[in-house]
Amino acid sequence: MLYFAWLRAKIGKAGEELDAPADVATVAELLDWLKGRGDGYADALSDLSVVRVAVNQHYVKGDHPVAPGDEVALFPPMTGG
Amino acid sequence: MIRVQREDFDVGAEMTALTRGKHDIGGVASFVGLVRDTAGGEAVTGMTLEHYPGMTEKALAAIEAEARERWPLDDVLIVHRYGHMAPGERIVLVITASSHRQAALEACHFLIDWLKTKAPFWKLEETADGGKWVDARASDDQAAARWVDGTPKAAE
Repeated sequence: MLYFAWLRAKIGKAGEELDAPADVATVAELLDWLKGRGDGYADALSDLSVVRVAVNQHYVKGDHPVAPGDEVALFPPMTGG
Repeated sequence: MIRVQREDFDVGAEMTALTRGKHDIGGVASFVGLVRDTAGGEAVTGMTLEHYPGMTEKALAAIEAEARERWPLDDVLIVHRYGHMAPGERIVLVITASSHRQAALEACHFLIDWLKTKAPFWKLEETADGGKWVDARASDDQAAARWVDGTPKAAE
């Protein structure tokens, strides 16, 4: 897992290795499981309309599958340029 | 060509390098984004740009490929900086070169609109109240949406 911008600040770390339970098969299920990991996670993920997800460095939607070994990144809408 | 770097860039030198020896190019368009010293009426004393190394390069390459697909371009350069910057500093450079001005101008406009919403960069502004993550703006999404299907394309 990788966390960027205010998600990193709220969760309190830039990244971590996590073993999700076997029944976590999609991005949406992963986010749901993460929310239960502590206050920082719950706060960071309280409004999913401002959370974007990339799996293996490709931007994806909530129904995208996740598997062991995937690089999953959470970040807010992009503000470059 | 894309570059993601901490260092500043020289617009003139980049433009010269891009067009050197390529005499089929008839027009070059460019956009330079700068750090402003205010945001929503508040003074901004500096800014830090964070990005997602690896994905940033992939996203920018995809954006360049999309522009080359849509317009007959001889060359494209996107340089995006990250790290700490002061007001007035350059953040991003887009240069497009084509036989004709319309393709160069439209592709340049497309690239900066598309990049703002599709490349994984995040701005943290420094204000009197401390650091503030910049919110994505609906106007940026609308500017990017303008280029989805059935949008202006250069005349061949």
